[in-house]
Amino acid sequence: MGNLKEIRSSIEEQYKKRMDRPRIVVGLGTCGIAAGGNKVMDAINAEVEKLGLDVDVDFTSCIGMCYAEPVVEMGLPGQASVIYGGVYPDNVSKLIESHLVNKTPVTDMAEIQVTGGAAAYEGIPVMEKSPYYEKQVRSVTSRLGRTNPESIEDYIATGGYAGLEKALSMERQEIVDEVKKSGLRGRGGGGFPTGTKWQFVYDAVGDKKYIVCNADEGDPGAFMDRSVLEGDPHAVMEGMMIAGYAIGADEGVIYCRAEYPLAIRRLNLAIEVAEEMGILGENIMGSGFNFRIRIKAGAGAFVCGEETALLNSIEGKRGMPRVRPPFPAHKGLWQKPTCLNNVETFANIPFIVRNGGDWYASMGTEKSKGSKVFCLTGKINNTGLAEVPMGITLREVVFNIAGGISDGKQFKAVQSGGPSGGCLPAEQLDLPIDYDSLISGGAMMGSGGLVVMDETTCMVDVAKFFLNFTQLESCGKCTPCREGTKRLLEILERICEGKGVPEDIDTLERLAKTIKTSALCALGQTAPNPVLTTLRYFRDEYEAHINDKRCPAGLCSALLTYSIVEDKCVGCGVCIKACPVGAIAGEKKSAHTIDASKCVKCGACVPKCKFDAIVQA
Amino acid sequence: MSTVALTINGQEVTVPKGTRLLDAATGAGFFIPTFCHDENSPNYGGCRICVVEVKGARNLVASCCAEAMNGMVVETESPAVVEARKTILELMLANHPVDCLTCDKAGDCRLQDYAFRYDVKAPALGGERKDYEFDDSNPYINRDMNKCILCAKCVRTCQEAEDRGVISLAYRGFRTKVAPALDASLAESACVSCSRCVSVCPVGALTYKSLSGKTRTWEVEKEEVTCTWCEAGCQFDLLRKNGKAVGVVAKSPGNGRPLCLKGRLGLELKYNDEPMTPMLKKGDEYVEVSWAEALGLDELVEKLK
Ligand SMILES: Cc1cc2nc3c(=O)[nH]c(=O)nc-3n(C[C@H](O)[C@H](O)[C@H](O)COP(=O)(O)O)c2cc1C
Ligand code: SF4
Ligand code: SF4
Ligand code: SF4
Ligand code: SF4
Ligand code: SF4
Ligand code: SF4
Ligand code: FES
Ligand code: FES
Repeated sequence: MGNLKEIRSSIEEQYKKRMDRPRIVVGLGTCGIAAGGNKVMDAINAEVEKLGLDVDVDFTSCIGMCYAEPVVEMGLPGQASVIYGGVYPDNVSKLIESHLVNKTPVTDMAEIQVTGGAAAYEGIPVMEKSPYYEKQVRSVTSRLGRTNPESIEDYIATGGYAGLEKALSMERQEIVDEVKKSGLRGRGGGGFPTGTKWQFVYDAVGDKKYIVCNADEGDPGAFMDRSVLEGDPHAVMEGMMIAGYAIGADEGVIYCRAEYPLAIRRLNLAIEVAEEMGILGENIMGSGFNFRIRIKAGAGAFVCGEETALLNSIEGKRGMPRVRPPFPAHKGLWQKPTCLNNVETFANIPFIVRNGGDWYASMGTEKSKGSKVFCLTGKINNTGLAEVPMGITLREVVFNIAGGISDGKQFKAVQSGGPSGGCLPAEQLDLPIDYDSLISGGAMMGSGGLVVMDETTCMVDVAKFFLNFTQLESCGKCTPCREGTKRLLEILERICEGKGVPEDIDTLERLAKTIKTSALCALGQTAPNPVLTTLRYFRDEYEAHINDKRCPAGLCSALLTYSIVEDKCVGCGVCIKACPVGAIAGEKKSAHTIDASKCVKCGACVPKCKFDAIVQA
Repeated sequence: MSTVALTINGQEVTVPKGTRLLDAATGAGFFIPTFCHDENSPNYGGCRICVVEVKGARNLVASCCAEAMNGMVVETESPAVVEARKTILELMLANHPVDCLTCDKAGDCRLQDYAFRYDVKAPALGGERKDYEFDDSNPYINRDMNKCILCAKCVRTCQEAEDRGVISLAYRGFRTKVAPALDASLAESACVSCSRCVSVCPVGALTYKSLSGKTRTWEVEKEEVTCTWCEAGCQFDLLRKNGKAVGVVAKSPGNGRPLCLKGRLGLELKYNDEPMTPMLKKGDEYVEVSWAEALGLDELVEKLK
């Protein structure tokens, strides 16, 4: 196909025309599909056919409101689009009839509306003013949930590949300078300045250079990169191509975890159509620049997200970190200079090139520019994906965007940075979200997972959860990480079982220090963080477990005690039958008692008592 | 050649550019322990026992991988370094059968030596220990993976020999172990019994079956002998106890010195007063063979008859 400049306007025109037709758009990201999006799609198609409606039915990816899935958008010409949540095959016909036939939105199912310049419907929050989106920005996520990720036309019509076009007309060093000016820092967790990294690779001498995109995303509970890949695959590719042109590489590899089949499928499709259109491959857009992208599916080990382990894995070796230096910028893939960045980092690049580094740097704080995508999970009302400007406080994210703690419970802590990060308590809620503040609090930006915990969460148990993860995922190469995380985990397990001794806290701190300072890679170096932050902010909980054999959150089952409240017990004897170990005794019609030395704390008796006489403490 | 000047333990040291910190420090007479460092396959950085303190660095630095730089200020035995080394040794011993009383390696074992030097008593940390079956399936090599500290020297040296690469690291986390393909026994694997791995093992995880229970390491005198079977000229040690030759063991393989079973067997026959019984793998099993066959000389011998 010809020059993108020539066809862009016709693509844009067609896109505008489509936006001005009645349409239904179903959210089909992994989350939407998991929530039943495909069935909703089938029901919609059937209904449209039945009614003989002249309506376009399309799909998009995750818009970020995972709490509202399955999500369906409906729009009429010249009207605002309404995004409905909780759409199932059984309420599809009601929605279609009301919104598209009778032209009346169903307000009680509507989450938000996107006005796009049209008048807003009454009684439905406008996206930018809605509680979920008011404090968000939509930059790198701007196409998520708004365009069809499998359509290159949608991408181009919304400004796609304009960054590449512009880059190809720039001096290569100019592009690197623009990225430097943007202040963009790596979104894979480390926060290394992207422009500086590009300069290293630009300056590195080599007959061959590579671009590698890190799409391994192994943090439990993180799905930002998946959402970006599924929702805007071309943006990631465009970012890689711009990087390739800037630093002088003609080959890119996307290392994507095999557990992301939809992302891989959409990427493959995107590569195919981009090649067909002459945007990817030989002599891109007639510029003389060649670039190829291939996908390498990773086996899904957390450590393969570490850049040097990732390179080993691409080369077919065991996914074990290499010693750095040399850094990948000098000796990366096949020992050639390699520019390795995260998915979100690359996805930001087209916007930066198009709008300029200054535009990007106008968002965020002095040292952390721009926006960051977070995954909000845990005990909150709104779980989902949120893009926020750097510098927003944890409080705003937890209480505004995430809608506060679910079930009216109390906030206890927010975990940032996954297994490498830490738990921040209520006193730290006004901490701004930027790389340096989070580190000063003992946590980490990490890749962007935020897990919110409420009063029923036991912090020793949280530390145990993460150590169990890092221990299983340690590559086993270095002693402090392989052996040290195991001992940390064992001590935490002991404490949760009520077998902790006062020296355990010292041992935890001592081991943590050696692991942090002497492990080979960042997996080990950061593995103790969950223990250290919980010890820093919630030491009293450790002490309660160790000294008083009590779990303040009431979670560690071995530390619970069961007793029968004399006044409430009518002596019905039901509990005696429920107890598998014969720990309960008592005369009929007089209060029963539990023999604590026999009780195995299984909890079976509690729900059996109709008089709520058995209490757990 | 350009040089760099740095300070190690307060002493000015000048070394050629590109020198490893480990070599700069040991060259200046300072001691640094190492487990995983192997001159033939450097920059592994796994065991972390060689860490030193470099002024201004965020973390401790593995001296076997880091390059000496101009102006570096290095402490090889500072409190932080000693604390880390002690903890690393403690962690190794917590997962080690401290069997020195009967271990063939006692007296020549780095773990034992460093534990002594850093006064680490075992086992300070309780908890789970690996519990693998002792692999004595190979007629020449005993593998006790419970004693393995996972320095991966054996893996690297086996991979360096072109046709070998028999063992590798398997599994992750605490379950990590050195294993032949499919975690089979050494006899079931493609191992050619060259003993490269045994010669580099810093602890008693890999030992010679023919010497098992026969000698204590301090009782033997070593004499270097060179194999003349092929042009590689691999070097071996002839071990003598009370003047009597008891065995031939491989010295570390060097560049172009692959080591092989035939070479070792030849030297056994030549020097050992009571040479071991040669065994070769036929099909899936090791069977006793004549010396002529073991050394690949049966045809020749036949002709000479
Ligand atoms: C254990 C471990 C896991 C990591 N996992 C990821 C990951 O899944 N995705 C990612 O982009 N970076 C991950 N990183 C960070 C990478 O090593 C690397 O810093 C990053 O990909 C560089 O890209 P950036 O500068 O764009 O962030 C991980 C690091 C460690 C130590
Ligand atoms: S710190 Fe852990 S993951 Fe990293 S090299 Fe060491 S053992 Fe492997
Ligand atoms: S908790 Fe279980 S073991 Fe204890 S008294 Fe109740 S039923 Fe019996
Ligand atoms: S390997 Fe070393 S430390 Fe272990 S039992 Fe043998 S001599 Fe002792
Ligand atoms: S004896 Fe040789 S072939 Fe066998 S495992 Fe050891 S190094 Fe590899
Ligand atoms: S067997 Fe010996 S050489 Fe091999 S990894 Fe274990 S300790 Fe190191
Ligand atoms: S040991 Fe084997 S490889 Fe080495 S010199 Fe002897 S015959 Fe050659
Ligand atoms: S709305 Fe789909 S992952 Fe979120
Ligand atoms: S000897 Fe340096 S890390 Fe093992």
